[in-house]
Amino acid sequence: MAKINMTPEKTKMPEQDPDIRNRNFLEVATGYTPQMAQEEAQRCLNCKHKPCVSGCPVNVNIPSFIQAVAQGDIEKAYEIITKTNSLPAICGRVCPQETQCELPCVRGIKGEPVAIGRLERYVADYMLAKETFIADTPKPTVKKNKKVAVIGSGPAGLTAASDLCDMGYDVTIFEALHKAGGVLVYGIPEFRLPESIVEKEIERLKAKGVCIELNMVIGKIISIQELHEEEGFEAIFVGTGAGLPNFMNIPGENLNGVFSANEFLTRVNLMKAYDPSYDTPIYFGSHVAVVGGGNVAMDAARAAKRLGAEQVYIVYRRSEQEMPARAEEVHHAKEEGIEFRLLTNPTKILGENGWVTGMECVRMQLSEPGPDGRRRPVVIPGSEYVLKTTSVIMAIGTSPNPLIKSTTEGLETNKWGCIVADEETGQTSIPYIFAGGDAVTGAATVILAMGAGKKAAAAIDKYLDK
Amino acid sequence: MYRILERKDLNSDVVYMKVDAPAVAKKCEPGQFIILRVDETGERIPLTISDYNREEGWVSIIFQKVGKTTYLLDTLQQGDYILDFVGPLGIASHTDNMSRVCVVGGGLGCAIAYPQAKKLFGMGLHVDVIAGFRNKSLVFLQEEMKRNSTNYYLMTDDGTAGEKGMVTKKLKELIEGGANYDTVIAIGPVVMMKYVSLLTKEYNIKTIVSMNPIMIDGTGMCGGCRLTVDGQTKFACVDGPDFDGHKVDFDGLMQRLSMYKEQEKHKCNLFRGIE
Ligand SMILES: Cc1cc2nc3c(=O)[nH]c(=O)nc-3n(C[C@H](O)[C@H](O)[C@H](O)COP(=O)(O)OP(=O)(O)OC[C@H]3O[C@@H](n4cnc5c(N)ncnc54)[C@H](O)[C@@H]3O)c2cc1C
Ligand SMILES: Cc1cc2nc3c(=O)[nH]c(=O)nc-3n(C[C@H](O)[C@H](O)[C@H](O)COP(=O)(O)OP(=O)(O)OC[C@H]3O[C@@H](n4cnc5c(N)ncnc54)[C@H](O)[C@@H]3O)c2cc1C
Ligand code: FES
Repeated sequence: MAKINMTPEKTKMPEQDPDIRNRNFLEVATGYTPQMAQEEAQRCLNCKHKPCVSGCPVNVNIPSFIQAVAQGDIEKAYEIITKTNSLPAICGRVCPQETQCELPCVRGIKGEPVAIGRLERYVADYMLAKETFIADTPKPTVKKNKKVAVIGSGPAGLTAASDLCDMGYDVTIFEALHKAGGVLVYGIPEFRLPESIVEKEIERLKAKGVCIELNMVIGKIISIQELHEEEGFEAIFVGTGAGLPNFMNIPGENLNGVFSANEFLTRVNLMKAYDPSYDTPIYFGSHVAVVGGGNVAMDAARAAKRLGAEQVYIVYRRSEQEMPARAEEVHHAKEEGIEFRLLTNPTKILGENGWVTGMECVRMQLSEPGPDGRRRPVVIPGSEYVLKTTSVIMAIGTSPNPLIKSTTEGLETNKWGCIVADEETGQTSIPYIFAGGDAVTGAATVILAMGAGKKAAAAIDKYLDK
Repeated sequence: MYRILERKDLNSDVVYMKVDAPAVAKKCEPGQFIILRVDETGERIPLTISDYNREEGWVSIIFQKVGKTTYLLDTLQQGDYILDFVGPLGIASHTDNMSRVCVVGGGLGCAIAYPQAKKLFGMGLHVDVIAGFRNKSLVFLQEEMKRNSTNYYLMTDDGTAGEKGMVTKKLKELIEGGANYDTVIAIGPVVMMKYVSLLTKEYNIKTIVSMNPIMIDGTGMCGGCRLTVDGQTKFACVDGPDFDGHKVDFDGLMQRLSMYKEQEKHKCNLFRGIE
């Protein structure tokens, strides 16, 4: 039996100092050293009933990978994780562990839970750093001689493609943008998820034999039906995400200086506007107000700060408790000097000569919990005030793009535009089309998208085996 | 990578390129556009598909050198490659319920209007074309337009070619003269489209304009291309680029087009070695 480390707190992960990192785009947290990983792994009690595993949407066998880390066998740990999670370097960084695997951790009762996410990241980074990481990719051992198409290269599509390729299918991913990775490359910033990590995972997919076709907007250049009928794809997985930005529909939203978070982050991440050697420009002025309380809002605010904005506000209509962002991101944002204007809602964007000069806001209070237990924000009468700002970033959610629906006759969607798919199989109203990820659930999480891709891959295999 | 099969200069500022893109050529229709990125550090910019050949698998673009990206694109020669080339994007132009059409092109707008004129004329409609340029040296696509229209009217600001005056002057003259258009298609600088629309409003002639806001993805993902039409926000890349000229907020569009003016000018000057 390995030694148990009874320290109540998680082993700290080294981080860049807040006042330094808020001026660069390098990763905030630099990762565990082998010794730190071992120390942290020894905090795991290896509980028989494994409460953490049921908290993980893809049921990674957490205690057993942590035991392998404690024993110093990182390759084994990686093998255990990747049995059910093909993108651990990404999940270790972006999963909301505090509401998933780490929530039921027994160590969390008296102190902090085991840092499962940080250990997962450690294991994955260790493997990714190996020069032979891509060359070592296991190749499929069987061939089915059947073609499957995957639309979209976000976590849902990447996972489905990886599993289908392992099963022996000829897989082609079609991606609309010029780079594969979905939100992982166009949305989540470099300082939280370095692009090189996503790139390595994609190289690995290609090494396995998955074909990736970029610059292909399905529904425009070719329809799903044509892929099926003319190009010979026997089944199709749709993982097109929820990329359509919502606006608040308040006056002044089309002024210069108002962006969707998608636009702001796409300019920064995909187009690398933070790097002067790239051509795409970005504007924000001196003061930036980001509306919203999720990961997207935190990312936009922190990116604006790094680009040099003097003052960055998060404007959110509920209180911190209700913020959907990962706890760590809220914490990091505060450390970096982002100012939180909670229980505040914008009513109007003010401008002069077509450019943003301020945002009129009202203060809110939370009502008593309703029948659903949720406390609704209500306006405090007469509480209007003007927040001085030169730009506004709307991070108030996204919905699925209507393109696939409008170009695929008979594909059922719900009233929010989400594709209707069977929860277990991902099968849609058209039998050869499967779907998963944000395109089905609306904006959710990386791990749920991966889980959906996995289930759909298994279901496609079953469907095509008939 | 997309190979440039042919390139020629149409005037000192405007370049024509034929690009090998079979899948785009197979599907595109007049009114649609592509987005390209010249190289790894490049911007994504939208350009209209000016012509295509499904059998030979190419589409052509015509662009005016106005900033860094178009100057960079201009450095490419026949046989060179464009890194990214995505399309066809946007909604193809509608052709329903038209019989007598006037296509008004201003400067570079003639390149964008050309595929529409060609299509409508090919369908057997009456198509008059009014093409406006600043001066004689800038005129392009004259022969192509003539071949694809019932009547071709050339206007220049200084009278060095065709008739002297603005396109609106000719349009008014033709309407007053009983041309009896049911549709006017106006493509060119935003101010021109605005004034054509104001004019046709007086005569209650349906008017279609082609909007060219700043774009990034071209798929509805960023909302950067939004504009106000009939009081509602629309995304030009997926809802357009064609809109009802009597309903578009032209002033708002002009404002949004100026968003990156200073930064773009700086990048362009750096690239061209201008202080
Ligand atoms: C800024 C930001 C931060 C986030 N932070 C976190 C986080 O910390 N933790 C977390 O778990 N989740 C986070 N999320 C949410 C998470 O990224 C998404 O839930 C997840 O990426 C969804 O995966 P997906 O595969 O369904 O779709 P996406 O990642 O959206 O990928 C869809 C892909 O499909 C492509 N596509 C769309 N339409 C077409 C078409 N017609 N033809 C071809 N291709 C098409 C798109 O270009 C895109 O590449 C964040 C999201 C954003 C925007
Ligand atoms: C749907 C669509 C179709 C288009 N078709 C064509 C075409 O067929 N041929 C062509 O030459 N151009 C076309 N344009 C315009 C073209 O995209 C811009 O000229 C180009 O983006 C300029 O890039 P740049 O880096 O060279 O110049 P920039 O340095 O980015 O801009 C230089 C100047 O052009 C203005 N500008 C920037 N973006 C645009 C834009 N999208 N539209 C108009 N002005 C802009 C700027 O305000 C600035 O003053 C189209 C635009 C759209 C949206
Ligand atoms: S260009 Fe991004 S939504 Fe139109």
